[in-house]
Amino acid sequence: MTEVVVTGLGATTPLGGDVASTWESLTAGKSGVGPLTQEWAAELPVRIAAQLAVEPSEVLPRVRLRRLDRSEQIALIAAKEAWDDAGIGDELDRERLGVVFGSGIGGATTLLDQDDILEEKGARRVSPFTVPMLMPNGPAAVVGLEFHAKAGVHAPTSACATSAEAISWAADMIRVGRADVVIAGGAEAVIAPLPIAGFASMKAMSTRNDDPQRASRPWDQDRDGFVMGEGGGSLILERRDRAEARGARIYAVVAGSGLTSDGYDIVQPDPDCAGGARAMQAAIKQAGIDPKEIGHVNAHATSTPVGDMAEVKGIKRVIGDHVVLAGTKSMTGHLLGGAGAVESIATIMAIVDGIIPPTINLDNPDPLLDLDVAANEARKVDLTAAMNTAFGFGGHNAAILFTKA
Amino acid sequence: MADVSRDEIREGLSDILEEVAGVNPDDVADGKSFTDDLDVDSLAMVEVVVAAEEKFGVKIPDDEVANLKTVGDAVSYIEKG
Repeated sequence: MTEVVVTGLGATTPLGGDVASTWESLTAGKSGVGPLTQEWAAELPVRIAAQLAVEPSEVLPRVRLRRLDRSEQIALIAAKEAWDDAGIGDELDRERLGVVFGSGIGGATTLLDQDDILEEKGARRVSPFTVPMLMPNGPAAVVGLEFHAKAGVHAPTSACATSAEAISWAADMIRVGRADVVIAGGAEAVIAPLPIAGFASMKAMSTRNDDPQRASRPWDQDRDGFVMGEGGGSLILERRDRAEARGARIYAVVAGSGLTSDGYDIVQPDPDCAGGARAMQAAIKQAGIDPKEIGHVNAHATSTPVGDMAEVKGIKRVIGDHVVLAGTKSMTGHLLGGAGAVESIATIMAIVDGIIPPTINLDNPDPLLDLDVAANEARKVDLTAAMNTAFGFGGHNAAILFTKA
Repeated sequence: MADVSRDEIREGLSDILEEVAGVNPDDVADGKSFTDDLDVDSLAMVEVVVAAEEKFGVKIPDDEVANLKTVGDAVSYIEKG
């Protein structure tokens, strides 16, 4: 079967405006969570979030910014970094270049802002860029246009599993021969009153407003929900023989991926992680490796009371009790549709550098946590294979298995 | 708009073009075509028109926009008020 490798990485997150600064902060155990000081946040039950470390306005030209939703700006910034990192040039036939780039929620802030304009100033004042800014395929389309991708531009939408699913689709595009290079990833930017109020009404979010940096605490006894973050990541996936022929730097192999659905509940995770476990199994089967080789899982671990422990059960059952977990949402917050891509990048960097990032705020582990976690401090470990998992509202499960190049 | 000169209108239009479409003010002249010379596409033109209406207090109906091919066309239309 055609082997798929990762040759470029890009990200902009609450911890940094690129992969290097994000990874440095992750391994140092820094939190990207802070108070929401905006006026609109004052009356919300949740007044904390992980906002971007570097504003897109510092990176993109002004007119470009006006015509892109913030999620599209993030997608473009991450994809550009990944593209430059991969060093692919004009020699690539653009009919062999694909894009799979998702967003969990899409241009919700554009929708809300333009609705305000509609109400206050009338229909004529609504921006002609409203639709391309709010459509959920916007980030994928913007990235596709930027790099003239003509093999197909796709936009998976599976809530918080979105960008892990994007990596899986991207690998499949190459495996079935539809493309030689695919820009994969995801981006999210919905730190705004309505999305926060909606998640807060579900009681899904942490309300530790007085102590933002300690609010996201996967597997800790005192976890009380996720912390919303914004950001995104991008990976350049490439056919191995092509990457080797051009002497590209190969970060890791996308050895396998699994996508399943729970068929259980619209928002509650299956308490036994049956669907998540099947996704992990599918990824392992495709990779054709022994689960014992998987030394690390960057887990979905959002810091919600139910989800965190369900996932641990699944990981233990499928992979075993030798594995070391990381819950990097403890530092980045939950990037929703951007989570799978950013956490896959962290998984890859863990293999490359031999460092498992810490899970901060894990002060009093849940008594049911019976797997090893690099609590509060990074751990040096040689890794030959590591997995990223991502689960989304709607019962979407994704598992991506990376192996050493 | 008799109290506003063509130069003032052109300057105001130039500010709008720079703000919404990133057009270099040095490129703005009566003979320049919005689409061919200044790279102002149809969606950007919608923004230019709305901003011009607001700035100059005129009404530019949609069926009139198609006739405004150059900067000079727009200046003349706004001048007539």
